[in-house]
Amino acid sequence: MEAHVFSNLAVVVLLALGAATVVFVRRNRLWSEALAELWRRRRFSVLVVGLYVLIALLDSIAWVGGTGANGASIEAFEARSVIDRLFAGTRESSYSAPLADHAFYGGKPLEAPGTHLLGTDILGRDVLHRTLKGARVALLIGGVTTLIAIPLALLFGVTAGYFGGRLDDAVFFVMSTLASIPGLLLLIALIMALGKGTWQVCLALGVTGWVGLSRVVRGETLKLRELDYVQAARALGVSELRIVVRHVIPNLMHLVIITFVLMFSGLVLSEAILAWLGIGVDGSWGQMIDQARDELSRVPVVWWNLTAAAAALFGLLLAVNFVGDALRDILDPRTLREDG
Amino acid sequence: MLAYVIRRLAYGALVVLGVLLFLFVLFFTVATPDDIARRALGDKATPEMIDTWKANHGYDRPLWPWQDPSDNLLVSHYTSLLGFDFGRSDVDDAPIGQRIREGMGPSLALTVPMFVIGLGLGLLLSLFVAFFRETYIDRAGVFLCVLGMSVSILLYIIGAQVLIAQLLRWYPISGFDPDPDVVARFLILPIVVGVVSSVGSDVRFYRTVFVEESSRDYVRTARAKGAGELRVMAQHVLRNGMIPILTRVVLAIPFLFTGSLLLESFFGIPGLGSITVDAIRGNDFATLRVMVYIGALLFVLGQVLTDVSYSLADPRVRLE
Amino acid sequence: MTRVLTVEGLTTSFPDGKDRLRVVDGVDLHLDTGETLALVGESGCGKSMTALSIMRLVPRPGRADARVARFESADGTKELLDLPVPAMRRVRGAGISMIFQEPMTSLNPVARVGRQVVEAIRLHEKVSAAGARDRTLELFRLAGIPDPAARFEAYPHQLSGGLKQRVMIAMALCTRPQVLIADEPTTALDVTIQAQILELLRDLQRELGTAILLITHDLGVVNELADRVAVMYGGRIVEQGGREDVLARPTHPYTEGLLRSMPARSQPGEPLPEIAGVVPPPHTWPPGCRFASRCPRVLDPCAGAPPDWVTVRPGHTVACLAVAQDRVAS
Repeated sequence: MEAHVFSNLAVVVLLALGAATVVFVRRNRLWSEALAELWRRRRFSVLVVGLYVLIALLDSIAWVGGTGANGASIEAFEARSVIDRLFAGTRESSYSAPLADHAFYGGKPLEAPGTHLLGTDILGRDVLHRTLKGARVALLIGGVTTLIAIPLALLFGVTAGYFGGRLDDAVFFVMSTLASIPGLLLLIALIMALGKGTWQVCLALGVTGWVGLSRVVRGETLKLRELDYVQAARALGVSELRIVVRHVIPNLMHLVIITFVLMFSGLVLSEAILAWLGIGVDGSWGQMIDQARDELSRVPVVWWNLTAAAAALFGLLLAVNFVGDALRDILDPRTLREDG
Repeated sequence: MLAYVIRRLAYGALVVLGVLLFLFVLFFTVATPDDIARRALGDKATPEMIDTWKANHGYDRPLWPWQDPSDNLLVSHYTSLLGFDFGRSDVDDAPIGQRIREGMGPSLALTVPMFVIGLGLGLLLSLFVAFFRETYIDRAGVFLCVLGMSVSILLYIIGAQVLIAQLLRWYPISGFDPDPDVVARFLILPIVVGVVSSVGSDVRFYRTVFVEESSRDYVRTARAKGAGELRVMAQHVLRNGMIPILTRVVLAIPFLFTGSLLLESFFGIPGLGSITVDAIRGNDFATLRVMVYIGALLFVLGQVLTDVSYSLADPRVRLE
Repeated sequence: MTRVLTVEGLTTSFPDGKDRLRVVDGVDLHLDTGETLALVGESGCGKSMTALSIMRLVPRPGRADARVARFESADGTKELLDLPVPAMRRVRGAGISMIFQEPMTSLNPVARVGRQVVEAIRLHEKVSAAGARDRTLELFRLAGIPDPAARFEAYPHQLSGGLKQRVMIAMALCTRPQVLIADEPTTALDVTIQAQILELLRDLQRELGTAILLITHDLGVVNELADRVAVMYGGRIVEQGGREDVLARPTHPYTEGLLRSMPARSQPGEPLPEIAGVVPPPHTWPPGCRFASRCPRVLDPCAGAPPDWVTVRPGHTVACLAVAQDRVAS
């Protein structure tokens, strides 16, 4: 299957999942109240995250041919996303400052003077275009990692915590083994062994994230198992599987979500470090920052590339961190204080 | 107590054996010796060249004991790493063990002051913020923490280098000289960057602990018997809060030895972090294997230390 | 008997959006030396907040205000809510002490219990460490703690709930305070231990002449210990009087309901009578009588404005429009 078809399918699946989540949340009083509270407290951050998601989705819908394609150029035969099409035919030959009419070095007139809001990079690519495309990569890193980490963490964490015994010993041993390798080193080792590339990085991040998450899940399951209502369900003869699905997992979801949101910024920051080590994901902000390092030693300084990537990265992480913080306050019962 | 420590160490040893198995699977079967040779020699390498390279670096033996019980990679992987016989680099044949011994000093020179300053500053700031909990000072503090956490360490480093080197034109921005008279010149900047980049998340964590502790019943009791706020903080909240904080802090101690990948590499400090970065860049799997192993070994040690210190600090879990 | 504590118009409020939510709303009470006043009510009625307000221990961002909050200490009269913080600290634990409902969590888990009592003594008196230790051992003996020397070195988790509460009592009484505030001191304990702790409080009160403000929802405990009773509902006191008067001849409809629902007073085989409805949360309280929504004798004007006090008999007052009307009619 061609990459862009797969990407389009993924968008459809994601939208369906999103719709399903909305339906679920609307039916569930606890969650709809929690999200209403989140909206009340962190409206702006939620909107910012939403904007990043929108850009990433627009960049994931791609097709071949159509508008803006110059018949003679290679663009006509490539799958291009909605975002790509907005920037069609804006390629320059070298650096240009934001909104400049001329190339930064040499002063040659530009093909599209005054249109590059954030300038162009060494290959003449529009910096705004690349920055927007970075959103997809960042969310891909977070998203794919979640799809790998959360089911794995729930499966192993819950079975280990709930059923205990030999199974718990075995799972706990595997978790301690993986957790014993310092995070960044584990990531590097995995990527070096698997080879460089987007999926390898996501897989490595997923494996690393899985360990942390399943420790949380296991610990909480151990606690839940002993709670009265679970004991009561067991005394009433409810099957173990049903107890796990109906009573244990729903009571873990808030922890999973908090842990994940708080983990997300760590993942994206890790990717930036990997990019600098030369084993990151193509097109990420981390890569842009890494490439822009040399530009800082040029005279005069080419600053817009670094600034754009850094600002985009910072904006997303800040919004996600604020949302995560608020979610933890809202959902985590430990912070709920009783009044006298 | 002793029995507990021994039991804990035994489990740690078991985990180390598990880590070694994981490393073997990763570096000998997921990435096979052929892959490693090809990455070292490039795409144009002929099969003969690959075979010679494998023979030179000891990768030509069979993988598993059942293929050749006397001479195989699995057993030699275990015996050499467990015996701290780290072998030679895949890239330049330099002895890895000696390189690590040389890198330990510069790494510690960077990480120990960073750790001490960071811990002191983090505790001080978080106690200050927690003291003013539920006020604007607290909210502003948390906001600043989240702000600091959202910035990539790359930016802190680049920012510091640009500021110091290009705008202020101060001393050399990278390099290292072990001479005690001048060593500080090279270390101040990376230490400042290291502390600043981690202080946000530290303060936020410590603050949560302290704020949670200050809402406990025993704190109210302490106030009810007439203790002042400072005394309550220093005597009661800090002592109880140190238990969760200890777990985080003690665990960090072993990593003082492995240094910091980014800081060392950016600031040209020839420590273990730089060695690791060079190994990644140069596809030096032999060195990388050793570094991951040492990292895991220290981590396991740190966990044992954490558990033991935890049981010492908290009378409720103090074990017989 | 002399007055040690006078509180008038005590109001405790928490910010709620732009307004302030009053969880305690105009409480008046007083306490004489050697007597016990029981503050009775269901959970959420504001009785614990009243105690914390007197101690100025209301958790942030709450605030306590009062027309009068006068404490006659050994060294002069003090207006508690106007006292500067260091002076208030010298009152806490020395003039007024407090023990809490949860002995399990009210002691510092990482400090030896002996040291915690020693800290309480040395915060207020200049005594040597050895002297404070001797005092503590003596207090432990007084509080009926067996083998005080061994218990001195124990950590809270090594003691039973009853022993922990005895430690709390020893700590509260170590400086011979004039007033002891006991917030549900026996609620978390077994029934047999409850009796022992009440006995201990009574003995110590006789010995030291301490006035006790006893906060409880357990009318059995009131019967055991109290001289006078104040019944609280919805942040206000609704009935106040001598123990016999209030318990045997309750006048306020709420007190009547409360007493009727006591298991000891009901007929075997009959279902336990209960007060209809639940305690409404503070933000739904009406401006008038807070009990109006559940009251069997409710009248039209009840919810409009707070009822005035009616004196039923000397020292026995009640805030209820229905009662006032009865008295006019008779």
